[in-house]
Amino acid sequence: MQKLLLLGDEAIAQGAIDGGISGFYAYPGTPSTEIMEFVQHSKEAKEKGIPCVWSANEKTAMESAIGMSYAGKRAMAQMKHVGLNVAADAFVNASITGVNGGLIVVAADDPSMHSSQNEQDSRFYGDFALIPVLEPSNQQEAYEMAYNGFEISEKYNVPVLLRVTTRLAHSRAGVETSDKKTQREMSLPKDPRQFVLLPAIARRNYKRLLEMQASIKQASNESKYNKYIDGADKKTGIVACGIAYNYLMENFDGNCPHPVVKISQYPIPENHLRKLRSECESILVLEDGYPLVEKELRGFFNEGITINGRLNGVLPRDGELNPNIVAKALNLPFGEGEAIPEIVKNRPPSLCMGCGHRDVYNAMNEALIPYGDGRVFSDIGCYTLGALPPFNAINSCVDMGASITMAIGAADAGLVPAVAVIGDSTFTHSGMTGLLDAVIKNSPIVVIISDNSTTGMTGGQASAAKGRIVNICKGLGVDPDHIRVLNPLRKNHAENMAIIQEELAYNGLSVVIPQRECIQTAIKTKKAALKS
Amino acid sequence: MKTDIILAGVGGQGILTIAATIGMAAVNKNLYLKQAEVHGMSQRGGDVQSNLRISDKPIYSDLIAKGSADIILSVEPMEALRYLPYLRKGGYVITNIVPFNNIPDYPDTETIMNRINELPDKIALDADQIAKDTGNARASNIVMLGAAAPFLGLSIEELEGGIKSLFGRKGEEVVEMNIKALHAGYDFAKSKM
Repeated sequence: MQKLLLLGDEAIAQGAIDGGISGFYAYPGTPSTEIMEFVQHSKEAKEKGIPCVWSANEKTAMESAIGMSYAGKRAMAQMKHVGLNVAADAFVNASITGVNGGLIVVAADDPSMHSSQNEQDSRFYGDFALIPVLEPSNQQEAYEMAYNGFEISEKYNVPVLLRVTTRLAHSRAGVETSDKKTQREMSLPKDPRQFVLLPAIARRNYKRLLEMQASIKQASNESKYNKYIDGADKKTGIVACGIAYNYLMENFDGNCPHPVVKISQYPIPENHLRKLRSECESILVLEDGYPLVEKELRGFFNEGITINGRLNGVLPRDGELNPNIVAKALNLPFGEGEAIPEIVKNRPPSLCMGCGHRDVYNAMNEALIPYGDGRVFSDIGCYTLGALPPFNAINSCVDMGASITMAIGAADAGLVPAVAVIGDSTFTHSGMTGLLDAVIKNSPIVVIISDNSTTGMTGGQASAAKGRIVNICKGLGVDPDHIRVLNPLRKNHAENMAIIQEELAYNGLSVVIPQRECIQTAIKTKKAALKS
Repeated sequence: MKTDIILAGVGGQGILTIAATIGMAAVNKNLYLKQAEVHGMSQRGGDVQSNLRISDKPIYSDLIAKGSADIILSVEPMEALRYLPYLRKGGYVITNIVPFNNIPDYPDTETIMNRINELPDKIALDADQIAKDTGNARASNIVMLGAAAPFLGLSIEELEGGIKSLFGRKGEEVVEMNIKALHAGYDFAKSKM
């Protein structure tokens, strides 16, 4: 038994490696990125030849993981919560195909939106797909759930969703590891048509999935991660899901006077909850994310016992939990230090000094002056910070790839010229299909692919677009005369501005590609070169 | 023992190195540890913090509750003030006095220093200058760690061990430079106590 100091994300990676995984598939996204980065730096994973190359997006990652499961080996797909939307088609259907080798899908949710555009709760996806969901309360459980999750998946012939939130993903603690399991041999599914979702086969598979539900529910009742912990004060019984359990225990120094149901495996453990319902006068539900358990407990007409939680305002409806919010819900006193002095100013994130996106926005803003504001659609990445002063350069950030397609729609409505600003990694993630739409319609839009040759916002992971963008655009059918590559440096400002002006004046599709390496990765590369 | 520490600064200033050094020292001593970090968007020049908790008993929450932190250790003066709601009565603020000014409305240094000087329990130091004086301008974060050393519940030798564990593979010279910075900060704090 070895004790390692690991982030929640890293514990998942090590748990999967020790649990006999044969392949990791992911696209970077906070707070999930460190799972794959840990594997990429793991000597052990390298020696075992475990694939760990970034995928183009979450859907391709999910599908590759399904393919490995088909071939009989254990696989994991990791993504942030909104990435699961991208992968949802494959994800939901994977519960209908079932698995051959064990399949774990990790969704890292971001309640309070520290680094995201929403705080959707992935547990609903697990419920939707009718599969078991594991939600660790600490780093040790995160390790064990990845370690044991493949067997749960194989036993019930479904993928398993492992859901974590930012705090656990990005918090470090000591983790004890277990004996290493060997990887599975390649083997084809016993039924050669298991993965063929023709309606007749899908109907049969779906019935199998429905029949499996009773066993999956029973597994929750018996799970060692779900517990009924008795307490003398039965005025209030408490349901604590995932890391909410820690905030509860923190407030009582580990000795909670109320009966507690700890939930870390779904569907909800009905046996423990029935017991709590029968023994307590009211129930408080603590869950990080949406009120999933609370809704289930309230039932249709909310009759009978009082249930307190996010839906009746005892806990805030949005945002992550913390020890203070939990204390307040329990009417426990808590101290608070001095207020933040008024002189403390906000310090929002900003584009780095020397970043190429800065030069792109300066040139674009000047070129757009004659046309007026409100016509720039953008995307997800460092360049989204262009929405803030001093640039105030962009008017949208919705989902990966939406810049190009929103510009098409707005141009159709008469907003001409419309501009799309997208990064290189986001372009290959979900921008290429939209660009094909623009080619087919010859939309009067200017697509600026601001190419810093990396996935910058998440810390500089390899970009699938590197060195390929011009050829991709040509291959999709963009007129080569309107593919303009430029170097975004301050000394080239006038020239770059003129190029963007020319393309804004062109009544058709243009792609402008400013290319300069991310300043952060450039510094890292230089340092590495000096060392060697 | 139990020490709850809020580490504060601006993205890129190296608070995670401080956290990792304390973490190594705590693990070497077989203490329990939880350390919540900030990754992602705020790392781009925004305010960042890390909640670091060490104890000889198991720790539940990854987050420190308001009014309960023993120490705010900040590598930037305005950022030290941002986390005052988390500081317990009698808790210490240990801060660098060199501003990191990357916003248009940054308050003037005197206003900030006046507010810091009003705090009952604080150690304020020019960690950048002290680091320069030790011959390693880039070690101001380790100087700050040294200044916090008397309050952490870890001995200076244990922190040296943390530095050795963390920087060991970078070579003896890097280890020595950082230990020197650690002691410079420690000596400053001792002289103010």
